[in-house]
Amino acid sequence: MATTSNMFLYSLTLQPPTTISQALLGQFSGTKEQQIITASGSRLTLLQPDPRQGKVNTLLSHDIFGIIRSIASFRLAGSHKDYIILATDSGRIAIVEYLPKTNRFSRIHLETFGKSGVRRVIPGQYLAADPKGRACLISAVEKNKLVYVLNRNAQAELTISSPLEAHKPGVLVLSLVALDVGYSNPVFAALEIDYSEADQDTSGKAGSEPEAQLVYYELDLGLNHVVRKWSDTVDPTSSFLFQVPGGNDGPSGVLVCGEENVTYRHSNQEAFRVPIPRRSGATEDPQRKRVIVSGVMHKLKGSAGAFFFLLQTDDGDLFKVTLDMVEDNEGNPTGEVQRLKIKYFDTIPIAQSLCILKSGFLFAASEFGNHHLYQFEKLGDDDEELEFTSDEFPTDPEAAYTPVYFRPRPLENLVLVESMDSMNPLVDCKVANLTGEDAPQIYSVSGNRARSTFRMLKHGLEVSEIVASELPGTPSAVWTTKLTKYDDYDGYIVLSFTNATLVLSIGETVEEVTESGFLTSVPTLAVQQLGEEGLIQVHPKGIRHIVQGRVNEWPAPQHRSIVAAATNENQVVIALSSGEIVYFEMDADGSLAEYDEKKEMSGTVTSLSLGRVPEGLRRSSFLAVGCDDCTVRILSLDPESTLEMKSIQALTSAPSSLSIMSMEDSTGGMTLFLHIGLHSGVYLRTVLDEVTGELTDTRQKFLGPKPTKLFQVSVQNQSCVLALNSRPWLGYTDPLTKSFVMTPLSYSELEYGWNFSSEQCLEGMVGIYANFLRIFTIEKLGETMIQKSIPLTYTPKRLVKHPEQPYFYTIESDNNTLPPELRQQLLAQSGGAVNGDSEVLPPEDFGYPRAKGRWASCISVVDPLSEEPSVLQRIDLEGNEAAVSAAVVPFASQEGESFLIVGTGKDMVLSPRKFSEGYIHVYRFHDDGRDLEFIHKTKVEEPPMALVPFQGRLLAGIGKTLRVYDLGLRQLLRKAQGEVAPQLIVSLQTQGNRIVVGDVQQGVTYVVYKPESNKLIPFADDNVNRWTTCTAMVDYESVAGGDKFGNVWILRAPERASQESDEPGSEIQLLHARNYLHGAPNRVSLMVHFYTQDLPTSIVKTNLVVGGQDVLVWSGLQGTVGVLIPFVSREDVDFFQNLESHMRSEDPPLAGRDHLIYRGYYTPVKGVIDGDLCERFTLLPNDKKQMIAGELDRSVREIERKISDIRTRSAF
Amino acid sequence: MADKLRNQQELERLQAKYVGTGHPDTTSWEWKTNIHRDTYSSIAGHPPLLSYIALAENEPVAKVRVQMIRKMLQPAGPPPPRDEEAFVLARQDGS
Repeated sequence: MATTSNMFLYSLTLQPPTTISQALLGQFSGTKEQQIITASGSRLTLLQPDPRQGKVNTLLSHDIFGIIRSIASFRLAGSHKDYIILATDSGRIAIVEYLPKTNRFSRIHLETFGKSGVRRVIPGQYLAADPKGRACLISAVEKNKLVYVLNRNAQAELTISSPLEAHKPGVLVLSLVALDVGYSNPVFAALEIDYSEADQDTSGKAGSEPEAQLVYYELDLGLNHVVRKWSDTVDPTSSFLFQVPGGNDGPSGVLVCGEENVTYRHSNQEAFRVPIPRRSGATEDPQRKRVIVSGVMHKLKGSAGAFFFLLQTDDGDLFKVTLDMVEDNEGNPTGEVQRLKIKYFDTIPIAQSLCILKSGFLFAASEFGNHHLYQFEKLGDDDEELEFTSDEFPTDPEAAYTPVYFRPRPLENLVLVESMDSMNPLVDCKVANLTGEDAPQIYSVSGNRARSTFRMLKHGLEVSEIVASELPGTPSAVWTTKLTKYDDYDGYIVLSFTNATLVLSIGETVEEVTESGFLTSVPTLAVQQLGEEGLIQVHPKGIRHIVQGRVNEWPAPQHRSIVAAATNENQVVIALSSGEIVYFEMDADGSLAEYDEKKEMSGTVTSLSLGRVPEGLRRSSFLAVGCDDCTVRILSLDPESTLEMKSIQALTSAPSSLSIMSMEDSTGGMTLFLHIGLHSGVYLRTVLDEVTGELTDTRQKFLGPKPTKLFQVSVQNQSCVLALNSRPWLGYTDPLTKSFVMTPLSYSELEYGWNFSSEQCLEGMVGIYANFLRIFTIEKLGETMIQKSIPLTYTPKRLVKHPEQPYFYTIESDNNTLPPELRQQLLAQSGGAVNGDSEVLPPEDFGYPRAKGRWASCISVVDPLSEEPSVLQRIDLEGNEAAVSAAVVPFASQEGESFLIVGTGKDMVLSPRKFSEGYIHVYRFHDDGRDLEFIHKTKVEEPPMALVPFQGRLLAGIGKTLRVYDLGLRQLLRKAQGEVAPQLIVSLQTQGNRIVVGDVQQGVTYVVYKPESNKLIPFADDNVNRWTTCTAMVDYESVAGGDKFGNVWILRAPERASQESDEPGSEIQLLHARNYLHGAPNRVSLMVHFYTQDLPTSIVKTNLVVGGQDVLVWSGLQGTVGVLIPFVSREDVDFFQNLESHMRSEDPPLAGRDHLIYRGYYTPVKGVIDGDLCERFTLLPNDKKQMIAGELDRSVREIERKISDIRTRSAF
Repeated sequence: MADKLRNQQELERLQAKYVGTGHPDTTSWEWKTNIHRDTYSSIAGHPPLLSYIALAENEPVAKVRVQMIRKMLQPAGPPPPRDEEAFVLARQDGS
């Protein structure tokens, strides 16, 4: 079987794809609230726009383990709930419902209609649902269309019919919509091209002049039959259809969008046509025609027949399109269309999908870059924009007309409310630790055109600081407390110093309180609000109980002092320096009563914890005692067995802090946990059995080098544990996955922390470090990646880092874009003539002016660490050159000085590949790399697609040739070369004398450099054509890489060949070795293969957590960041393999794709266990969990621990 | 003989159902056209691949998708002249 391999990896997604390929609006919860369903890669996500805050929240994200090709929603007549239809690569149509109660998607129907996979004639590319929810049509790119009738049965359950065929061979579909026909028979409109004639016509005439047809397919509900009802020729350049409201709301029909025109068509109406206005401006090409790339129709509430379209062109300009009706004698609109009108609305980034919410928001799912939420200020009704109507334009697409122009302007009708971070397209990424923290950060380049960004990704929770105030001394601890049981907010902040205590009151201002009753001349160990109106201060010499100004003091026994204390609303426990434990409980009259016996512990007590009093009970029944003999003991506090030992746990180091608290567990219920912080910096979480006091299911994580301190805090009404080490961490239950996570806070180190609640800040935390008091809050749980971005100029292509300094260099280039020098020239030419024309609109919103065949390209120096992260320097490339590759190379001939090397191409045409020249530029670093100086450029035969440092020289992949260069005074000097790749070298990796060459289409080739004879000799190559995008050497024999089809793989050279290649003097043998099947003498073997769905753009071997092992981190074009974690033991492999296969059968993918086949989309999956699937275990219902656990012969907790361990040990 | 007929029928059924199923007389042009059509439809159907091309070409994804489907019309040029036509053409050239 393919899965037997001696290398096993565990694949996990750190950041799911952030692209949105389609977004749909609907009432999926069955309430009036509108929600947005998005398809991003293999994930179906439910978003909840919050109109009050102007935010978009994620409710649910579900990996369906399949490629989502199209989604549609529909609502059965009389119902209030929208269902979702999924067209995926499973060859099945799935109907899914959102269950708001359990926050899950549930599948209602799954109907198989064809083979799986994305194929030409298997339906799935297009999906349209009748607006009245009676039928849906699912279509392939070519030939096949299937109609399903949707209905409900007597039990009001949704039913789906067997499919009705509407196939026509030789037909390609460009666009498909459902027509709005009210309650007459459902009709679907398709934009089709027929190729059957072109296939027969040997003269090529039919092929060069294709005809586009608008075809109506009618589903006759009575006869249960689909007919091709009507078809007509439309503009041959047409590419998009939009539904026009029908029934009572409008004339029905479609808008057909083609090159520079929008045409209204319907079977019983005349055609109306308006042109798409062109941009005017000095730098715009007045001849360029625009096309529509996305749009949305919106019906206005209240008035029948009021609707409009917002259509977006390839520049991002939104146009408002409306229809005028013929009016009858009484001035009421009839069903007949009179004219079509178009006018400029606003300009926003190009969207994949637009959704207009009833609350007056526009959600724009951008095709690249951040997604935006806009609010409508007005609908562009009475502004001064020119409106163009169909009266002035011929309906015949062939007829001549004068183009119309408009002038783009900043947003007038829309206001940007929220921008959702999206890393799509993620072009390159590097992992480095530049900030000097424990864990490294991920640096990436993403975005396109002027919306490109350099982003720094850090694992952590975003913290917002409210107060940071300086204190007179350096406190050692801080508490907050309410004054009485009935207070809503905290009244005091108590600070403990080495020999004093300071009490501050919280109010409008924070002031010192002198009359608090607290003893201020001693340090404090604990503060607690006790009973109804009491306050407790525990200090080394005793306990002070303050009730309404009266003070009761309990002194510590002579020659002993209090070393640790734990308190809650009813109980107080202290530990004395002699190792004795004294227990107090509050009486009915509100005074503290000491329990007669003291309990002697074997060692010195280091920490105590009581836990809160559970609701409705008088006391917490357990006390946790940590001693310096590396143990934790659980003592009972029940009246029958007070201070009896219940259980004991040995630890690896002395406990420094304990906390008993109940938290939500993965089943949704509450479980009592004991959190233990150790002196060694390790944090442990164990389950504390509420009856027996047994400690089970220990999970651990190393937080940092200092003793860990733990505090119970509350965030979003959830009890969380704040763990302080060299950085603060927060342990909480993830709101979406319900699993426990420990995430660092993006905040400075803290010495001590406590919960904080005041009128201004309901759920905050107070912390101290050195002589600073800080109050802060955590806004959002669950978002564990913090992004910081820096804008770049053009679409980034590569990212390289300075070898020593924390600076990055990006190369950026945009095809078909006017370079700055030409822009200036054009502006200067027109500048004098037209006043006000010279005003340049910001390219981030309006894009750069376009020009065919032109390239705009630059090199940027990025400083990610300074206060204001920014681009320090930008070097524009001139002469239509565009950068294609970059590397930082230390040259041995220059005493190891590093240079930035950039490969460029001149006059490049991408498809079919053409260029006039290729160059290699050399830049010298100045000012520690903050500044670049151009030295010289060397002409080469082809644009070099890959550059890499190699033994103090430069190794360049130029076409098929691999070449070694040294740095000369006027140009680079050729030192060695060899033709090693079959087509085009796109990636290079090297170790020692070995070079791994990735070819654009033909996989990887292992090459050895022979210094004695100065030769580059290939000795092993691939047996499969891999369209390599990125590679990384895992060890001397193995290379990991990704290809254009979304696979990640690891290849290994045969051991013998690998050794022979490095033997001195083996070149003759290698040169004359017999070629094997027209390739190199040896073949590499496949170790690992895995389909990721996203297109890997970079892969690196690195470690991600403190003390973690090396993992492979890969980035995907759609914004995915994933890791592959190697398994260490065979036992773990067997366990996870078993778990994975159980998960496949117990939690089959939502859309009906077979998980094993999906992960082996192109090549059977080998040596990889899908961690994303395994992690879904925590989301299963309890009975299924039990069942799987039974099969695996383990407990549910044990399985959950293993799943979370493998993640936390190597990744976040 | 019956087997052969059944095979023939089966093949015809497959050819009707799955566009591009070959037969013994598949010409090079037919094969090429079919492969290219498969490729273009696959690019249009895989969102990451489509984004990749759109990003490189610096065009909107939606536009590239339509371009890919349009290219399916005649990806390998017009069909070669049929045998009898070729014969006629050759004779005309000769005369």
